[in-house]
Amino acid sequence: MKSQQRQGQESKNAKKTSDPEILRKVFYRPEDVGEFDYERFLNDPGEYPFTRGIYPTMYRGKLWTMRQYSGFSTSVDTNSQFKFLIEQGQTGLSLALDLPTQLGLDSDDPLARDDVGKLGVAIDSLRDMEAMFDGIPLDKISTSFTINATAGIILAMYVAAGEKQGVSQEKLRGTIQNDILKEYIARGTWIFPPKPSIRLIGDTVEYCIENVPRFNSVSVSGTHICEAGATRAQGVAYPFLTAITYINEVLRRGYTIDRIAPLLSFHLIAGGIQFHLFQDVANLRAARRLWAKIIKERFGAEDEKSMLLRFSTGAMGSGMTEQQPLNNIARIAYYALAAALAGSRSFNLPCFDEAYGIPTQEAIRTSLRTQQILAYETGITDTVDPLAGSYYIETMTNYFETEILREMEEIESRGGIVKCIGDGYIQNKLSEQAYEVEKKIQDGEMIKVGVNRFTIDEEKREMAVFEQDTAIVERQVERLKRIKTERDNNEVSRCLTGLKKAAVEERNLMPDMVAAVKAYATMGEIVDVLKEVYGEAQQPV
Amino acid sequence: MHAEQRIRVLVAKPGLDGHDRGAKVVVKALQDAGMNAIYSGLRQSVDAILNRAVEEHVDVVGLSILSGSHVPICRELLEKMEHRGIKNIKVVVGGSIPQADVQVLKDLGVAEVFRGGSSFDDIAQGIRRIVKGEETQTASQEE
Repeated sequence: MKSQQRQGQESKNAKKTSDPEILRKVFYRPEDVGEFDYERFLNDPGEYPFTRGIYPTMYRGKLWTMRQYSGFSTSVDTNSQFKFLIEQGQTGLSLALDLPTQLGLDSDDPLARDDVGKLGVAIDSLRDMEAMFDGIPLDKISTSFTINATAGIILAMYVAAGEKQGVSQEKLRGTIQNDILKEYIARGTWIFPPKPSIRLIGDTVEYCIENVPRFNSVSVSGTHICEAGATRAQGVAYPFLTAITYINEVLRRGYTIDRIAPLLSFHLIAGGIQFHLFQDVANLRAARRLWAKIIKERFGAEDEKSMLLRFSTGAMGSGMTEQQPLNNIARIAYYALAAALAGSRSFNLPCFDEAYGIPTQEAIRTSLRTQQILAYETGITDTVDPLAGSYYIETMTNYFETEILREMEEIESRGGIVKCIGDGYIQNKLSEQAYEVEKKIQDGEMIKVGVNRFTIDEEKREMAVFEQDTAIVERQVERLKRIKTERDNNEVSRCLTGLKKAAVEERNLMPDMVAAVKAYATMGEIVDVLKEVYGEAQQPV
Repeated sequence: MHAEQRIRVLVAKPGLDGHDRGAKVVVKALQDAGMNAIYSGLRQSVDAILNRAVEEHVDVVGLSILSGSHVPICRELLEKMEHRGIKNIKVVVGGSIPQADVQVLKDLGVAEVFRGGSSFDDIAQGIRRIVKGEETQTASQEE
């Protein structure tokens, strides 16, 4: 047959990969899809197994949330940045916190000095949280916090800041990333060993179930591990195993799956250094279907809301090139297209100057405009899951579902995700993979426009770089000093003693954390108490 | 003494930043280039890095810095090297370093800066040149 001959040919323009045959066909036929029962495998959007989307009308009913990652220096500066973004039409805030805040160090800690206010805003106490949202009503906006080891403390501060505004905690909307396992794998902001860290996550989930029901208490992330070298299937498999670990922690406390699962969300990859438009979309459709099955079949959920894979798609700085930086705007647009075709609920895109440092205002705005152009000028929102029924997409959706499962089983057969992180197995695997990808780019086997093809002489390249304000540390330390003189120090020690007792007795720490932050105990003081009880994690190298 | 005299490199992550894909990948690339390269792990203090460098008898310390804190970190490291009388170890820096800061770092005493986009070859050859004492030549062509 003619078609079989053509299938055998390799196109010289096809993206060179080591992908298996099933992903590399010249064209796809019905038999590639295999058994195809619409109701069982796809079904309408909003219907189990939710392959086509978790809501019946998706973007027809509600556009994705446009959120660009921002926040820098002090809470006062971030407050004006937030007001600017809201004026520009942004509908949710995505907050970057500086590394000392993420690691539970106060701004006057000697280890913190070089990093205060650098990669995000410095939060030392509730005073900073209050200043950051001054004039921004917390019942009108949703805020996503990229915070992990200290997520419970940040949540406590957000609750307390809301209360000061007169907004009760059940009205608060937003997300804390609160995914510690991927920190050990990829992002590095762990403090305590895995066991107490997982328990702390259980505490926040439990607290949200009871008190802050509209808040996503965990956003399990695949994007960071993909940035560290995970394949797209691993970028779903590892977060699924992680989420299952957190679910088990809360099930243990006597909650049903139907009370836990609706509070989990995911942050998954669409784009990045290994971007493939259609594979990324198929992978996310597969993820939606597989998660629904896991929650229903493995955990016995009854409420369909529990089975929904609610995911945002994330910043993929590794795809951004230093060479010819304006080319990155085109890349960002394709990543956004993939995210929309996959039915992501919220996008935060990388910025074209990402390889140079903290994005400039212009670059952040351009990424936001890229989303707006996609939403309003392309027709992408007219219909839900437009690629459904394509032989190609359905074949690959089946393929990636099997792949994700296979990756999950591999880790489970090695003793589970916590063990495979503890002994460095996953970290080593990902850095091997990252190295292979990097070699392919350097050998020219993987084409990167402007890097290994179509290069230009860029000797005179000048980029506007985000200028750090060198007086940040002084200003922030001054704020911290002031709060320590203004607060009731007896109340602070009383609260910290209570917190320590709760930690020793393994009770839920959230009520004590809320009390401590309300007394203006600082981030560092709270974390130090917990370090005394839990100790600190060691990195397997 | 080994006959081949493999160049010894400590790739280190100072500061609080936890992104070490780059550091780990560079370690593998230098190993493939025939060097004896080791990785420090995350969140290393300048003192810990220097102690390790001395213990391991490295020729070169490569700092991987993405957080924007490269200037104060390098200043502290080089001051401490001088204070401790460490003269035979060269310092190179890689990561998100703005072009304008390259000269600032070199003035502090950094032997070479490998900005984002540097190839494995740039880095390996640059390190070889530095160890041979030819550091006045620029290692990455794009500078």
